[in-house]
Amino acid sequence: MTSKRMTFGQATLDAMEFAMLEDQNVIAIGEDISWGGNFGQFRGLVEKFGSTRIIDMPISEALIVSAALGAAVTGLKVVASMSFVEFTLGAMDEIVNQASKFRYMFGGQVSVPIVIRASDGIRGSSGPQHSSSLENLFCHIPGLKVVAPSNANDAKGLLRTAIRDPDPVIYLEHKRITGVRSDVEDGDFSIPLGVARIARQGSSVSVITYSDMVNNALAAAQELEKYDIDVEVIDLRSLVPLDYACIEESALRTRNVVVAHESWKFCGFGSEIVAHLAEKFGGNLNIRLARVGAKSAPIPFSPILESQVVPGVAELVQSIGKILGIELPTIRGV
Amino acid sequence: MTQLAIPLEDIGREYALAHLRMMVKIRAFETRVGVLFLDGQLPGFIHSCAGQEAIAVGVCSSLLLTDFVTSTHRGHGHSIAKGISLNSIFAELFGKVTGACRGRGGSMHVADFSIGMLGANGIVGGGYGIAVGAALSCKYRKTSDVVVCFFGDGALNKGTFHESLNFAGLHKLPVIFVCENNGYAQFTDMRRTTANENIASRAETYGMHGDTLDGNDLLEVIGAMRIAIVRARSGLGPTLLDMKSYRFSGHYVGDAEVYRSKSEVDLMKQKDPIERFKVKLFDSGWLDLATFDALQSQVDHEIGLAEEFARDSEFPLPSDALRDVFSEDILHDI
Ligand SMILES: Cc1ncc(C[n+]2csc(CCOP(=O)(O)OP(=O)(O)O)c2C)c(N)n1
Ligand SMILES: [Mg+2]
Repeated sequence: MTSKRMTFGQATLDAMEFAMLEDQNVIAIGEDISWGGNFGQFRGLVEKFGSTRIIDMPISEALIVSAALGAAVTGLKVVASMSFVEFTLGAMDEIVNQASKFRYMFGGQVSVPIVIRASDGIRGSSGPQHSSSLENLFCHIPGLKVVAPSNANDAKGLLRTAIRDPDPVIYLEHKRITGVRSDVEDGDFSIPLGVARIARQGSSVSVITYSDMVNNALAAAQELEKYDIDVEVIDLRSLVPLDYACIEESALRTRNVVVAHESWKFCGFGSEIVAHLAEKFGGNLNIRLARVGAKSAPIPFSPILESQVVPGVAELVQSIGKILGIELPTIRGV
Repeated sequence: MTQLAIPLEDIGREYALAHLRMMVKIRAFETRVGVLFLDGQLPGFIHSCAGQEAIAVGVCSSLLLTDFVTSTHRGHGHSIAKGISLNSIFAELFGKVTGACRGRGGSMHVADFSIGMLGANGIVGGGYGIAVGAALSCKYRKTSDVVVCFFGDGALNKGTFHESLNFAGLHKLPVIFVCENNGYAQFTDMRRTTANENIASRAETYGMHGDTLDGNDLLEVIGAMRIAIVRARSGLGPTLLDMKSYRFSGHYVGDAEVYRSKSEVDLMKQKDPIERFKVKLFDSGWLDLATFDALQSQVDHEIGLAEEFARDSEFPLPSDALRDVFSEDILHDI
């Protein structure tokens, strides 16, 4: 199997191209996408597929989602680009009250093949309205699938699957890794939703995470090798559906679980996993559980403030040390 | 105003009687459903469209089976006029498994995608974008289908109105926006909420044609629709139609109606669209009392059969509550 190094963004372009070549009924709509979109993930598509398939939309977020829905239930498959994830909030009515409920409330009459692509996370001083991670808003809603890849290869394989999927999929692409290169398999392939990836095998502690936080977890794992701590990193890749089996297997093996994400810890996705493990194995099995997430404040602009709110490698290391009962020095600069 | 109305002779006797019959059927359905609801036999709540039948019937009779409509919370008439089976809508209102949506949607969510009925909608203004997306899909797939978006005067001040009409006008999409203007949104009359009462004048802003018409005059509704449909099918773009009407029942069945006077209601009932059309048919000699009585009793019989079907049908299995959330069974493992 041959591969190429490319950015996360380029990898999604690959997936878009395969999807659009495979199926005439795939279209993409969104603001500025014929110019490549805010992060270049649509670059070149309009030249290949034309402006009837790569459609620039007005700054009308509610329309972007509802039009995607209307087109999807009449025969198309629509990729709706929302640019920053905060902008999906202008379409939350359409996502929560319409798209997520159509199949169910109409008695299974209809599929809703739409992919809502949104860029989330911290890139560095993007300020309170351009730095959020909002996955738990979507995970909370029955009827939405939620995907958050951590690397270019998964980005390609998961987007390919998401576009084929008959249900609405929220596809979250972290801004800091959109331009980061890694190895991507050549050719057309897809990765199923709901299958986690063991990004690093370990025996001391399981870090269960997704999106860019996977990369922090891998960095923390490397740092902790110095102290003979063998960290396992589970990259969930998809949050709905969720790979419960993988999570449980790892938790039972290491008995120490740290769930980590960039979004707020309070009522965050990590709480769900911790609660699940506690309910299922709590008490008799003696699994220690911890969460790492952002502190409850909007994400501030000034770099020194930003790093106060959002956890990075240092917080992960501290949390792992704490759960294992090992005193570790504070890491700086990451 | 009146130049939109077509002469009765234009539609011929048989077709005219079919229209009458459809209006009478919707009235009989709403009347019976209202009785059952007040008697505690139907769960939820009911928004009756009695008094507005000429709009549903005149609009939908102008459409083909392959054309689409999006509907509202006051949508029974739209569904019936578009061709849903009475059994299927009646059973839905009873919450039975044989209902259009297997009992999951109820009165406000009746849909039948097989006849292009893309759903009644419990969210005011929820249909605009869906209709625009369906129209985009018709244009992309190069069909000659058109989409009708029904909405109430209360939906005129939703942001989605602007987002959707702007885009529809810009791309000259085959969509017709039909405002069922009954003068009230719940308990509030339009003058208290709407800066510009000349609704059709909004069309110009969006580069489309707008007309105001008497929505209780079936022949005017048909006339306006003929022009709008030709415009839509030939790629000349959307139309905004302000159809003035009045709802005979309260906002919902059982509404105490403290916000409007009995004399106003009595006055408006003088403009009953069914009675007015009947008078035209009597005058033309196409209808006599005996023929009407026969038609009425046929309709009543039909409604009775549908009610019987609904009553005799099974309720959904309890396990149905968790079906069709997704295309496959994804249940959270909790
Ligand atoms: C977004 C939203 N806001 C409020 C409501 C509550 N509501 C239901 S119907 C209605 C009035 C709608 O008036 P109109 O659009 O004129 O329709 P009509 O009932 O007159 O047919 C309101 C406010 C709702 N369903 N959805
Ligand atoms: Mg109204």
